Amino acid sequence: MTITLQIDGKEVNAKEGMTVLEAAKEAGIEISTLCYHEKLKPYGACRICSVEVERKGRVRIVASCGYPVEQGLVVRTRSPRIDKIRKVIIELVAPTTMVDGEVAGQIKKLAKEYGANIHRFESRFRAKPTRCILCGQCVRYCDEVVGEHAIGFVGRGIERRAAFFPEKARACLTCQACFDLCPTGKIPSETDFVVFDGFSVDDYLAGKL
Amino acid sequence: MVSKTKSPKLTKVSRAVSKTVGSYQRDKDMLIQILLDLQSMFGWLSREVLTEVSEQLEVPITQVYQIASYYKAFSLMPRGRHIIKVCLGTACQVRGSPRLLDTISAMLGMKPHETSEDMRFTLETVNCLGCCAMGPVVVVDEKYHTKPSPSDLRKIFESAK
Repeated sequence: MTITLQIDGKEVNAKEGMTVLEAAKEAGIEISTLCYHEKLKPYGACRICSVEVERKGRVRIVASCGYPVEQGLVVRTRSPRIDKIRKVIIELVAPTTMVDGEVAGQIKKLAKEYGANIHRFESRFRAKPTRCILCGQCVRYCDEVVGEHAIGFVGRGIERRAAFFPEKARACLTCQACFDLCPTGKIPSETDFVVFDGFSVDDYLAGKL
Repeated sequence: MVSKTKSPKLTKVSRAVSKTVGSYQRDKDMLIQILLDLQSMFGWLSREVLTEVSEQLEVPITQVYQIASYYKAFSLMPRGRHIIKVCLGTACQVRGSPRLLDTISAMLGMKPHETSEDMRFTLETVNCLGCCAMGPVVVVDEKYHTKPSPSDLRKIFESAK
């Protein structure tokens, strides 16, 4: 069944069950993301893809990566309200990913696009700057696409980390799919995929992660 | 790394895991219950136990660790034969539990969250035990003690071998 909705003033046709993000993408409208990957199930962790949806005159903010399309929905992917939300999200994740006072990769690109002040929350940041924003792309790709389960999440709260399981990582040497996924560049710069020094579940248990 | 040769301990672990997993009809959704049972059996969850659960239940090891490291009820480090819990909840705090913790700490020569070298005691702190009127509360092996004096504590620890 075809569903017609409006995205940024443009009439868009979409199939039932598609998400707003997918429909926008097909219509050539880019929505910024950090945790979305086309081969993975929607995760909704980063909230960068938040958009305004209007239904029966009511406006709500939703994460477009997990919101299914609806007949007659009016979507706005850029507005002062949305831009401010994205700017603050970038400012909040920036301290975690900072290396020598600079952010890298996708975060840097988005900070520039939305005019985020990456040092805004720096002085109030108390957690360890792990360079990981817990988007889960590496973990989910390894589970859902590769099927090796070589990297997983451990701990919770500010102690949550992605960690490699060396005994499961036989395929890592040739796979390395998560190298390109990592939006902060942590994985390619901190692991060699041979000994996992400082990046394994044992390091987590020893309190070194 | 888990060695390929099966030591007697490893087979003991795999037998225990097999029995526990079996008692839950190998149901993946019962992972937390299975881990709780195994923890009460061994006192803590070792790498061998978790690897064995992962293999027998056919749940990825990453998922087993995610669960086991999330809940505070699970310990991924060896724990002593006797668990001492000192309540640091608001009511106990006001009634002097920090001093009590210091006393116990000095008496046993170990810091909070540590396990003694002879594996006799593990000293833990908790945030409320639900019996604030009894505070400050110390729990040793599930037995509750109200405002124990240093001599009470000495007796309690001596009886725990």
